[in-house]
Amino acid sequence: MPAVVEIKGLIKRYDSREVVRGIDLNVPAGRCFGLLGPNGAGKTTTLRLLLGQSPVNGGEIRVFGLPIPQAGRAVRARTGIVPQADNLDPDFTVAENLRVYGRYFGIPATTLDARIRELLAFVDLTDRADARIATLSGGMKRRLTIARSLINDPELVVLDEPTTGLDPQVRHMIWGRLRDLRQSGKTLLLTTHYMEEAERLCDELIIMDQGRILEQGTPAALIRKHAEPEVIEVRGEERLARQALAAAGEGRFEAVGDTYYYYTRDARAVVKQLEGMPGLTFLHRPANLEDVFLKLTGRELRD
Amino acid sequence: MALLYLPRFQGAALAVWRRNTLVWRKLMLPSILINFGEPFLYLLGLGYGLGLFIGEMMHMPYLTFLASGILASSSMNTASFEAMFSVYTRMIPQKTYEAILATPLEVQDILAGEMLWCATKCVISGGAILAVAALLGGVHTWHALWVPPVLFLTGLCFSGMGLIMSALAPGYDFFNYYVTLVLTPMFILSGVFYPVTSLPAALQSLVQLLPLAHAVDLIRPLVAGLPLSNVPLHLAVLAGYGIAGYLIAVRLTRRRLLV
Repeated sequence: MPAVVEIKGLIKRYDSREVVRGIDLNVPAGRCFGLLGPNGAGKTTTLRLLLGQSPVNGGEIRVFGLPIPQAGRAVRARTGIVPQADNLDPDFTVAENLRVYGRYFGIPATTLDARIRELLAFVDLTDRADARIATLSGGMKRRLTIARSLINDPELVVLDEPTTGLDPQVRHMIWGRLRDLRQSGKTLLLTTHYMEEAERLCDELIIMDQGRILEQGTPAALIRKHAEPEVIEVRGEERLARQALAAAGEGRFEAVGDTYYYYTRDARAVVKQLEGMPGLTFLHRPANLEDVFLKLTGRELRD
Repeated sequence: MALLYLPRFQGAALAVWRRNTLVWRKLMLPSILINFGEPFLYLLGLGYGLGLFIGEMMHMPYLTFLASGILASSSMNTASFEAMFSVYTRMIPQKTYEAILATPLEVQDILAGEMLWCATKCVISGGAILAVAALLGGVHTWHALWVPPVLFLTGLCFSGMGLIMSALAPGYDFFNYYVTLVLTPMFILSGVFYPVTSLPAALQSLVQLLPLAHAVDLIRPLVAGLPLSNVPLHLAVLAGYGIAGYLIAVRLTRRRLLV
């Protein structure tokens, strides 16, 4: 599989602060690739750089084999972009937003009409075609932004936090659509800090923090590599919790706020013990990507 | 880094122009009403009213003198305000440019499209003024049909400079400096209301640096049916300001948006 995006030694500075610090990255064609990381990790900056929307301070970027920023126009002509914050044109209706946007790509009017109909159906906005942007809900705006990003029938779709701030219904709908896009052969590159989203959608992902790549792999491989298979979360009196978990023997113990996490290969004994302790509530679950993410990026707050 | 950023028109700058045209069409009725109403009041009140006392100025009725001045100055205002307030709105709070920059378009295409649109608006509003002036009997020759192209060029000239202001503006208040320190003095000094020759000699040569004075010098004979002079100079000054403004604005806007 040829790589759609190839990045080597990418560096970006704002004044003297280095926000992207030597990233190497290959996004294979036809895959859904995730960029994970806490706020300020450099995800959005990396996306801007690879679309030629921001000058590079070091390293090399190629998209579709073309050099960025020199070939920015050609690359963006074959790419769809969903920005983090919606920037739909408030002067226009839903359908006009798509039409005006399509003209920026030089798409002929007849092709554009057909595509607008298809895309409105794809994101379930057909009956809102003539609605003004201000009358749309957050979820509708997001769906329209996704439709807009597909107006040029792109080979690569770049999505910056596609479902942040949306209700579960819309989120599931968007996930379904993104899977459809991947099925149809498009390459997806998305940032998120919803681990569930990354786990459900991404074939492969990287975890970034402070401008560097910490880890790369499939979600399952990362979980296998970095987290014990079983997790027990305990809430309740600290003394009791410590006592119960200490008795369990091997395993990793971590206290975060009022919750105690216990990571282990075999939780049966601990579960039995906890069941006999009415002062504690607990949850026994398989390890997930969030456990890996927090282990790698730490638990302190980010802005 | 490139020395010059040149625009593409097909499917790029023209797409931006079409975007703005579509917005304008939605508010066409009120804006045409303003386009006709304002010059009508000006020309009736000042041209007729003041004209009664003044009679002729530079061998033409005062109404004709004033109408040709207003044609030029209204293009200055139309282009400047569109290139400042409207462009700034699309660039910063509305994030329209951010959305456009995710397409094959570059900053230079967007700004070229904006300038074409500003110039178009000048032709629309100037056309209304010309019609009102003709109705009031202030237009004396078919040569006046050459006025719209001159208004288009005047629009390009002032929109180029307005775009620089938009690229620099931290907020809308910033435009007050440009209006107060540049546009208003130019409006007063460039021969809109009275001939530049009545100014002190030192000031007269200074006025020759102002693009509005050159727009007035082109438009007035075309409206009054008098012979034109120094046409290449006037055209060159208007085009020069426009091109320089465009190139500087592209640089500044790229620096502002492509961070």
